[in-house]
Amino acid sequence: MSRCLAERSIDHVLLERGEIAHTWRTERWDSLRLLTPNWQSRLPGFRYDGDDPDGYRTMPEVIDFLGDYAKAISAPVRTHTTVTSVRSDGAGYLVRTDRGEWRCRTVVLASGACNIARLPDFAVRAPPSITMLTAQSYRNPGQVADGGVLVVGASASGTQIAQELQRSGRQVTLSVGEHIRAPRVYRGKDLEWWMDAAGVLDERYDEVDDIRRARRVPSLQLAGTPDRTTLDLNSLVHLGVRLVGRLAGITEDGKAQFAGSLRNMCALSDLKMARLLDLIDEWARDNGLDTTVGPPDRPPPTHVEDNPPLGLDLASGAIRTIIWATGYRPDYSWLELPVLDRKGYVRHDGGVAEHPGMYLMGMQFLRRRKSALIDGAGDDARDLSAHLASYLG
Amino acid sequence: MASEVQANNGVNVEALLAAKEALSNAPEAAQFKWRAACEWKDGTHSHSTVESFYGLGQDQHRKTTFAFDADHPEVFASLDKGATPVEYVLVGLASCLTAGIAAVAQNRNIQLKSVKATIEGDMDLAGILGIDSDVRNGFSGITVKYNIDADAKPEDIEALVAQSQKRSAVYDIVTNPTNVTVVVN
Repeated sequence: MSRCLAERSIDHVLLERGEIAHTWRTERWDSLRLLTPNWQSRLPGFRYDGDDPDGYRTMPEVIDFLGDYAKAISAPVRTHTTVTSVRSDGAGYLVRTDRGEWRCRTVVLASGACNIARLPDFAVRAPPSITMLTAQSYRNPGQVADGGVLVVGASASGTQIAQELQRSGRQVTLSVGEHIRAPRVYRGKDLEWWMDAAGVLDERYDEVDDIRRARRVPSLQLAGTPDRTTLDLNSLVHLGVRLVGRLAGITEDGKAQFAGSLRNMCALSDLKMARLLDLIDEWARDNGLDTTVGPPDRPPPTHVEDNPPLGLDLASGAIRTIIWATGYRPDYSWLELPVLDRKGYVRHDGGVAEHPGMYLMGMQFLRRRKSALIDGAGDDARDLSAHLASYLG
Repeated sequence: MASEVQANNGVNVEALLAAKEALSNAPEAAQFKWRAACEWKDGTHSHSTVESFYGLGQDQHRKTTFAFDADHPEVFASLDKGATPVEYVLVGLASCLTAGIAAVAQNRNIQLKSVKATIEGDMDLAGILGIDSDVRNGFSGITVKYNIDADAKPEDIEALVAQSQKRSAVYDIVTNPTNVTVVVN
């Protein structure tokens, strides 16, 4: 957005509570790599020029990448400046920070969708003997007591953490709700390559059937690893991870209750994956790729044991740690304007908030399916900076 | 819809989608209460009725009062004047999933020709008879088998059944715990 505003000669400033890429520096586990390949992080006037386009950035590499971009575009970033409030001020906004005040006619909220780990209300009933972490506070197995671990949530974060902890010698139980299975590499190409090439990632918010639903879809069950292997529930079971249904509750005496819906959760996910792969096969055929890429195939169905456990006594000592990988919510505690819906999200139309002069970036399916990816920022910024410029007149 | 042939499964999807839109913007109108009344007759025989419910901000009354007799079969030395209560649970689950299949099929423009389900719940009576405290009272497992004839590919039919489970109230009730409060007036 800064680059697009600069191109339009719109005077602006970027307020950053820490260093550039603060969240990538402080809220990610050690082994995490970006879920999208290096070539795919295309920003306006900037792209990957290394010798491993199909690799996945480590966290230090993501931090360097964003820092290099800030330098390349001379972004006017004020680091270590925490916004404490944003409110209406006549025709514009008053932005208070711990380093003084700003008055502006427009404001872009790029604080993200993943500020606070979202835990179910019943999490407080876990026995005190259990250590609780979230995908945000988890760093590495060294932080986790020996013994059993319950990982709650089977999207990208939950499955990666479950894999790492099981490999570290701990018995992992993985609680599986709605999730979307996806092969890392399909017909010899990265799944992200297919979705990019076939236009899936460019699908617009005003073209999908049900945008509210599209914005709630969980992240693809992907991992970025040097060997480009697929991480799915079958591979976790092969490692020894035990699958249970969605965590439905914890009783007063500390018993975890799992839903009996595991089989259907896996069936839904397998069917969704098959539809995506069908779409890719169709696109490959229509675009004459069938002779240049590998043959179509379908991963075997997710194997679910006959009678997955419906309960687990958390006070028995079998589980020492619970890791919540149950999603995030944004933190707008500093936003002193009546712009939030009842779920705590800013009401907006493709990133244009209802409040004149206010814009949103980096939210799930903001304007396109790729809006929450680094690669999605450019197109959204081009669109929204144009709107912002015409608002300024 | 792009398809030339419109499926007709007798489900008014437009009305359902309009209700979804309306209730998204009026969450209080989406608060419903479902009710039944039950009266003991004799032995294990009881007579239940269903008539009113609460929703869209007020009590709603039906034109008909539905009646249900429940009893236990003769092998339990009962008079078998109605289905057992656990069979009503099976009826509830099968009919909820089947209604869902019709609604999802309509929404996806899939013409149904025939939808038949059989449903079976496994139960070890050592639970309810107090023979073995390790055995639960309720079903140890439920299996639903569908035979569906429709103008659709097998994977689309599987997707109908999967989506119906995802959106089914009774499936949710049966697969998840629910707080139950019983008071004596």
